[in-house]
Amino acid sequence: MLSIVIFLPLAAAALLALPGLGARTVVRIWIAATAADLALVAALWAGYGGGTAYETRLRWIPSARAGYHVGVDGLSLPLIAMTALLFLLCAVCSLRQTHRVRGYAALFLFLQTVCLGLFSALDLLLFFVFFDLAIVGMYFVIVGWGHGDRARSALKFFLYTFLGSLALLLGFIGLYLAAEPHTFDMADLIANPPRAGAAVLLAVGIGFAVKTPVVPVHTWLPPAHTDAPAAGSAILAGVLLKMGTYGFARIAVPMLPEQWRAYAWAAIVIGVVSVLYGALVALAQENLKRLIAYTSVNHMGYVILALGAAGLDGGRAARELAVSGAVTQMVSHGLVTGALFLIAGVLWDRARNYGLGEYGGLAGRAPVLTGLTAVAAFASMGLPALSGFIAEFQIFTGVIGAGAVVAGALSLLGILITAGLLLRMIHRVFLGGPGELTGRVSDVRPYELAAIAPLLALSLVIGIAPRWLLDVIEPAARALVTLAGR
Amino acid sequence: MSPLALLPELLILAGAVCGLVTGLFVARERQRVVAWINGIGLASAAVFAATSPHLVAFGTYAVDLVTNVTRLTVALATLLALCLAAGRIRAHARESELYTLMSLAALGTILMAGAADLLVLVAAYLVASIPAYALAGFAKDAPGTEAALKYYLMGAFLGVLMLAGVTLAYGLSGATAYPEARAPAVAAVLLLAGPLFKAGGVPAHFWVPDVAEGTSRPVAAFVTTVPKIGALAALYRLAGSVLDEPALLAVVAAATMTLGNLAAFQQDNVRRLLAYSTIGQAGYLLVPVAVAGRTELAEPALLLYLAAYAITNLGAFAVVVAAGTDALADYAGLARRSPWTAFALVVCLLGLVGTPPTAVFAGKLLMFAAAWDGGYAWLAVVAAANTVASVFYYLRWIRPVFAQEGTGERGTGGVAVVAAVGSLVLGIAAVAVLLGASAL
Repeated sequence: MLSIVIFLPLAAAALLALPGLGARTVVRIWIAATAADLALVAALWAGYGGGTAYETRLRWIPSARAGYHVGVDGLSLPLIAMTALLFLLCAVCSLRQTHRVRGYAALFLFLQTVCLGLFSALDLLLFFVFFDLAIVGMYFVIVGWGHGDRARSALKFFLYTFLGSLALLLGFIGLYLAAEPHTFDMADLIANPPRAGAAVLLAVGIGFAVKTPVVPVHTWLPPAHTDAPAAGSAILAGVLLKMGTYGFARIAVPMLPEQWRAYAWAAIVIGVVSVLYGALVALAQENLKRLIAYTSVNHMGYVILALGAAGLDGGRAARELAVSGAVTQMVSHGLVTGALFLIAGVLWDRARNYGLGEYGGLAGRAPVLTGLTAVAAFASMGLPALSGFIAEFQIFTGVIGAGAVVAGALSLLGILITAGLLLRMIHRVFLGGPGELTGRVSDVRPYELAAIAPLLALSLVIGIAPRWLLDVIEPAARALVTLAGR
Repeated sequence: MSPLALLPELLILAGAVCGLVTGLFVARERQRVVAWINGIGLASAAVFAATSPHLVAFGTYAVDLVTNVTRLTVALATLLALCLAAGRIRAHARESELYTLMSLAALGTILMAGAADLLVLVAAYLVASIPAYALAGFAKDAPGTEAALKYYLMGAFLGVLMLAGVTLAYGLSGATAYPEARAPAVAAVLLLAGPLFKAGGVPAHFWVPDVAEGTSRPVAAFVTTVPKIGALAALYRLAGSVLDEPALLAVVAAATMTLGNLAAFQQDNVRRLLAYSTIGQAGYLLVPVAVAGRTELAEPALLLYLAAYAITNLGAFAVVVAAGTDALADYAGLARRSPWTAFALVVCLLGLVGTPPTAVFAGKLLMFAAAWDGGYAWLAVVAAANTVASVFYYLRWIRPVFAQEGTGERGTGGVAVVAAVGSLVLGIAAVAVLLGASAL
């Protein structure tokens, strides 16, 4: 069942290779495949009973205990669901795409398989294969359908994240060689953590830190986001960045618990720096997409901070709360930032410009777009009744409760700055007098609304009634804290 | 010993000789039959190598896993190169000689891999080299002649150094057969000269870009791929028993990969770019050689990487043959003109980077693991840094392929597509086996 979810998009991509399909047919197949995949994920969620479920373990060689090994648990299931939803909405948002649609749809379907496979993988080698393929897929999205100085941005993205992935590969080999018996199987590695040195944590940490990204290895992110097409940015920010934080939670913390506890302070420092630096740099941006990109650095900083707190020796309940907040933040950020990038895509579609100073007074011309942006901005700054609040409240309570009081207090400042910069963005783009390009902007079209609104509605649902989500996440967070405390 | 143990070598030799004799009596426009004869020799050698039950070492020649995998890889790679050449050289005055020279060079390469005695190694070096010199100058044009001369002078010089190394080793240890022969310090350096030349390793790499650029395209594909296979297998054997210089080999590996990758950066001629890329790849291939005997991962790493490299590199050259142009700029818009060739190019270049699920990824993974396990973690880090650097110039080639504009010929690259698909299949199979074997 899980394998069908993973490989259904790839099969649909192969279907697109059939000759003689028109552009509309291609998009319809794309939407149908992603919708079917989302329905399957919903069925998975409905049937999920806790622990690691839907495991598939293919044995190539009878005596071997590992191989193609996939499964989901409370850490990965929310991310898988968020991924499936975001890819469906990107397909909807690309309804009017006319430029080389077939390749575009095939690449996104390929990326969907890669992302779902990564979050389901329970084998380091399988994880790495998907990790690397995501880079290749996104490179072609940016270079093929981006705008601006796309070739340069795509190259920077590829080189930077490929460097991270090779560090990761070296770390995985270190884990493999340190394990007795040698294995790449995640379940075995988590059950018997290998006695690996700090160098392995460093290698794995560099790999995931580049992907997350945290300061100071975040510089690939703003150009890649700015020059990618709207759907590409949404996937890059919504899903691909989660590969880094998910990797920390899935691999670094449970497989290297001793090292993680020893260097938890480093994660906390990096997290706080990312929170503050990301927010401050975002404050100075004149380009809407760069602004959203830097808020991503800020939001991912909270996740790293919370995972660092999981390695402290404060109260157990507090650490569980921090981890649960980290996972919630990953889901929330995927929804909200995905929505923000799709909104930026609407502006680009109308006026081919991301400059904040070029717009103004859009509220009069595009009231629905203004409303959507306002909700997304409030969700991003963590206002109560939206998903960001649930995530950040848990993170701060957990971090401060686990003993990192100064770090928690400093990071609270990050929320203040984020609120300021998002309100300033709304003020400059949507309120006030008209700007140079205001006349070109029309309100959202129905298919754009259909792509953006579900993300914000889900954020609202999580903000008001989060129990259904937390019931899945909390057992996994408890398990992770137990594993980190060994 | 049973002569059947040498059947693959004998089959290739028989193919070459029969082909040459047949070529004497067949009209010029029907010389294609010689390609078939050589091809049958190579293909049957591959079949026997794959199914060979003989695992014997007799005195001067070892038939073991290394030899068998080399036989298989060399035979299949030569077969692909033969297909590449056969499409371009039809009705040439010396068509049959080309096929025969390829078969003989392949035979010499296999003999290098199997040699278990320093004197056999020298003989095999000559069998592998002399046909390759003739191939390099085959077109009799100015660039080809210059390439052949450079190739020959360098090969002759380094061959003499190797011979001096053999003499020293014999004088010091009183033996030339592998387990007994020892080559300390100076003898080791001299001995390495020959195989390093064939492998295109620093500092014996200068011929690679000139030959790749000067000779005809199918021959360039052949001489940058096939001789390396046997040379690296020979180096692996030497490093495992005769030499004890892992630090020296590790430094040579690091220098080779770094120099190859840095020099490839600014190339605008794709043949020179690929030539430097093969030098970089030789550096990665020297990593398992450096840790030979120190980890049991060294042998699978070397053999898998060799097979992966051979098929991927041939695929990339096959695209150059199909496109019929060497200028990087002429590849603009290739994806629109001939999508399958472009697909093959992207797969092969990303394969050379080591992107999963291509074959080189599996080889690289094992290579990193072997370096780490063999106590040379720094070499793994250097190799990883080099891999990132190499992405830059491979992407320089990939990017224009998808450009909207651009004019050029429509090339059909059947061999390129076969190689690209082969690289994917080998990679997926290897990753599957690795996944399966990882808990062993």
